Amino acid sequence: MAVSAERKGNLGDWVFFNLTRVFALLVLLILGGIVGSLIYGAWPAIERFGIGFVWSGEWNPPMERFGALIPIYGTLVTSLVALVIAVPVSFGIAIFLTELAPAWMRRPLGVAIELLAGIPSIVYGMWGLLVFAPVFSKYIQPLLADTLGRLPIVGELFSGAALGIGILSAGIVLAIMTIPFIASVMRDVFEVTPAMLKESAYGVGATTWEVVWNVVLPYTKVGVIGGVMLGLGRALGETMAVTFLIGNMNVFGGFSLFLPGNSIASALANEFAEAESPIYTASLIELGLILFFITFVVLSLSKLLLLQLSRQEGSKT
Amino acid sequence: MNLRQQRKLVNRIALSLALLAMSFGLFWLFWILYTTIDLGFASLSVKLFTQMTPAPGSEGGLLNAIVGSLLLVSLGTLLGTPIGIMAGIYLAEYGQHTWLGHVTSFINDIMLSAPSIIIGLFVYAIYVAQVGHFSGYSGVVAIAMLVIPVVVSATANMLKLVPDSLREAVFALGSPKWVVISKVTVRASLAGILTGILLAVARVSGETAPLLFTALSNQFWTLDMNQPIANLPVTIFKFAMSPYKDWQEIAWGGVFLITVGVLSLNILARILFRQKHRS
Repeated sequence: MAVSAERKGNLGDWVFFNLTRVFALLVLLILGGIVGSLIYGAWPAIERFGIGFVWSGEWNPPMERFGALIPIYGTLVTSLVALVIAVPVSFGIAIFLTELAPAWMRRPLGVAIELLAGIPSIVYGMWGLLVFAPVFSKYIQPLLADTLGRLPIVGELFSGAALGIGILSAGIVLAIMTIPFIASVMRDVFEVTPAMLKESAYGVGATTWEVVWNVVLPYTKVGVIGGVMLGLGRALGETMAVTFLIGNMNVFGGFSLFLPGNSIASALANEFAEAESPIYTASLIELGLILFFITFVVLSLSKLLLLQLSRQEGSKT
Repeated sequence: MNLRQQRKLVNRIALSLALLAMSFGLFWLFWILYTTIDLGFASLSVKLFTQMTPAPGSEGGLLNAIVGSLLLVSLGTLLGTPIGIMAGIYLAEYGQHTWLGHVTSFINDIMLSAPSIIIGLFVYAIYVAQVGHFSGYSGVVAIAMLVIPVVVSATANMLKLVPDSLREAVFALGSPKWVVISKVTVRASLAGILTGILLAVARVSGETAPLLFTALSNQFWTLDMNQPIANLPVTIFKFAMSPYKDWQEIAWGGVFLITVGVLSLNILARILFRQKHRS
């Protein structure tokens, strides 16, 4: 009797263990499947255009000539604009939430910032196109052109017609969308700084800013960079908001951020369902493969850095 | 100015900038919410819930899109949740020190932030391109793939919080491991797992990109999941990008519904999680 109950347990254990293992493998296989199917789908384009696909600036569906340079440029520049704005703002928010705000305010304010991440990107897109862009072209763009636009070299970036849509406005909306991700990672890693370290610094008379800059930041810098990478990964692949705002232009007109452009994700969103020839579809899939590769590298780095911080934290306690 | 004054000044400037950054973040949140409520509330009407998506220039609502979205999200969640929970159990209870556990949890974290449009491309390649037409089912598969990583990480993280002493107590009674897991540890972390599922639903409800090449959209009423099916996000995309004022108004109504739905799910998930973990 006792033996059979034990056997039943063993059998149950064996079944349960393998069942869960199969599903874990399935998750792994999905990723492998993504890479495999993208390579397979992109193969006609890879074969036809070779490595030149990456730096060719021509995107000409009727002539069946395709190159990824313009969408890659748009993807990188919009994400860069987003980071330039989002990183300092997120840093400020994290300082505010960990060092400055009274305890009763921290939770609701933290939730409010996290809710920014909850708003669907289609809402950002529609708001960006119909509400933000008109305000941006009427007030902000002329202001930027009159101030930063007058500077040598940098001025180039802020020249041209104030259209409201374009690379800069897409980057700004992307910044708003990435702030909650970067800010909440920064806040979380700031909170793991041992109180004793901070109190020692306060004890010798350091100001709040000196504690953050000289104690908290050096202690958590790996995690902070991890958070920035996470934000970058999010920004690179963001689709709908950018599609609404970037202007979807496949011709390179200059380096001005006021110009419309295109990103990989928005090229896919706009053109994929309508692509007629097989080579057109394959080229778009190759764009997707490039995007996946870039975000995979960025997100892996982010994950490794954050892991390193938690390991370092583990070894010190 | 002596050094002390200078340090105090730098401190004051830095902290004012932090306050400014906080206000900057909140400013956008309130602006977007204000717009959604202002424009969205104005276009709310009974028609929105009782009529189909119209041709430009005629009257209509979002009934088919609302029902389509509910169908896609609920079926996608039903498909993705069990897979996610099982994989999460493996990661927390069996795989902590195995190569499969390490690699899967790493990959899962990347899937969590990977561009959703890539998931759309993937489902297009393995499903839509094979059967030759867009369909509701392919949309369900795409949504399930977005649900899985969220549920996996919620399940694994919550199970890891269960104290080992609880596990050992049940083992000491002679229970096999699968009973320990299914009757004790999973139950102990049920609130956390439910929170994860709610957050997953909140996330996929607004996802547009993966549906563009899978469920596509449909101007008409259909419950046939083997056909392209209307859904809120893609309909909003189409209507918002159009030059027609009446389409844009309907899109604002849709934006209002989605934003209110998604944010309430987010808040509900937090409340649920907090209550359970306080007691």
